[in-house]
Amino acid sequence: MEKTLKYFSPDEVTAEVKKSGLRGRGGAGFPAGMKWSFIDKSNDKPRYFVCNFDESEPGTFKDRHIGQLNPHQLIEGMILGSYALGARTSYIYIRGELFYVLRIIEKAIEEAYANGFLGENILGSGYSLDLYCQPGGGAYICGEETALIESLEGKRGNPRIKPPFPAIVGLYDCPTVVNNVETISALPWIMNNGAEAYAAIGVGNSKGTKLISACGHINKPGIYEIDLGLPVEEFIYSNEYCGGIRNGNKLKAVVAGGSSVPILPADLILKTAKGEPRLMSYESLAEGGFETGTMLGSGGFIVMDETTCIVKNLLTFARFYHHESCGQCSPCREGTGWMEKILQRIEDGNGTMKDIDLLFNISKHIEGNTICPLGDAAAWPVASAIRHFRQEFEDHVKQQKCPLSR
Amino acid sequence: MHRAKIQETGKQNIENNCRHVLLWASKKQDIMQNTPNKIEFNSQTLELVNKLIKRYPEGRQKSALLPVLHIAQAENNGWLSSEVMDYVASLLSIQPIEVYEVATFYSMFNLKPVGNCVIEVCQTGPCWLNGSEDILKHFEQRLGIKPGETTADGRFTLKKVECLAACGNAPVIQVGTEYHENMTKEKADQLLHQWTQENKCSHTNPYL
Repeated sequence: MEKTLKYFSPDEVTAEVKKSGLRGRGGAGFPAGMKWSFIDKSNDKPRYFVCNFDESEPGTFKDRHIGQLNPHQLIEGMILGSYALGARTSYIYIRGELFYVLRIIEKAIEEAYANGFLGENILGSGYSLDLYCQPGGGAYICGEETALIESLEGKRGNPRIKPPFPAIVGLYDCPTVVNNVETISALPWIMNNGAEAYAAIGVGNSKGTKLISACGHINKPGIYEIDLGLPVEEFIYSNEYCGGIRNGNKLKAVVAGGSSVPILPADLILKTAKGEPRLMSYESLAEGGFETGTMLGSGGFIVMDETTCIVKNLLTFARFYHHESCGQCSPCREGTGWMEKILQRIEDGNGTMKDIDLLFNISKHIEGNTICPLGDAAAWPVASAIRHFRQEFEDHVKQQKCPLSR
Repeated sequence: MHRAKIQETGKQNIENNCRHVLLWASKKQDIMQNTPNKIEFNSQTLELVNKLIKRYPEGRQKSALLPVLHIAQAENNGWLSSEVMDYVASLLSIQPIEVYEVATFYSMFNLKPVGNCVIEVCQTGPCWLNGSEDILKHFEQRLGIKPGETTADGRFTLKKVECLAACGNAPVIQVGTEYHENMTKEKADQLLHQWTQENKCSHTNPYL
């Protein structure tokens, strides 16, 4: 950080991050450097750099790990990003449930102030920055960047219509960049070792390392930092990572990037439809589109073994999205509730064959018809579960009960 | 005549739609309660509130609303009455409605009185895969209440919540600002015993 503030201009930092190929680690995978370059520097309005610590995507728990065990790395990243964007005040917006992590970060911020890393004239560089933490109130939607900005302004977390994008009109109507915790925490390494070194890790347009939160029916759930491009099969079965499926059971399905991304059955997560080994990278997981592929998303890797009822698992996701819909757009507000109701009906053994088509139909009417991506996030798991596991839905209807219930 | 009929139908449609939205809103959130219930922060808490307000640019003190609501809820036995929300509005020089609309949006704010110790059980996918339903049932049996209810002695409230972002150590429960992970029935019994012994209160100022 000292090196950067002394020898790099803010634009050179942005150029370095662009060159590193670092992509947003919150789920969308948008190139971070490019997002920074959109910031409006044409007027003298204050600019803000905001950290999205509203980690709430089911299956994702990597950011808590960083905040809890390595808050200094996040703070260093916040200073570097703020310097590049010319922000004088920056905020870390952390979900309210994680108040104990907020206290850890605030303590680390205090230490940073005491040691001259924050405040006036940081390390004699002439650059000044104030950094604060702000808790949320328990709303998944605030992980969407414009909802987060609304929440940071003390309002309901209703996403804004884009454009204008936050880089032009963001926090307090000023140019703002919102980045995920993991993205920001990668900055110190990039600036210390150089963009080339970072870009040398990974495959294709998936550069660097990624934290994967692995959970579900595996022997070793936890957070793994992988070089992007690791084969999925190795990740699931190697003892270095997930250590295989619990009780020696068979793998049934994987949700590879947090609850929002399409679910894939065992054969399609291990190999693409073309028969090539599937890799843990943005491109490889997306290979085949939504017909036979999925997304890397936030890296929330949920593994299900043969004993799992796909319908029930999907029902918990549908209930989640219904609960978390902000209510602004009718397709999402009403659709998520309908999907939950129908899934409950099918799971209880009261569904009909028509319900399955209706469910698919509703998901298609939500997708793309809402202000923010929560609608898509609610629709994709439903559509993909029916696409790949239709037989299991039909079994529920035919047997008038959950075939896998204990 | 024809025109009047159209207007009438239009009105009915609007009413139906409104009812739908209201019904959705009332299901989604507890409805606010207007019980006489006042608080006033002591000087130490007021100092904290002022420190929080100063983190935002001048005129943007409303940004401190969520942090201050967390503090107010903790100081008011774990819930926000409309009078407490009015007090928060006065502290931040904003309109009471600006506080109500925020407090009713976020699921961490309780708009009805709760027990001394609120137990929140995560029920989303990854926790479900690892047996959260059994943990919830166990708490229901031990406490003799359903989710959303409080025990007769006012000690415990049981709540179902959505993803707490600790899926690697599922199933997970939250009590105040504490997380309890890798939950088992045995662990639940241990905790309940401990909380009963120490008369556990989950409403403490989260900043302290």
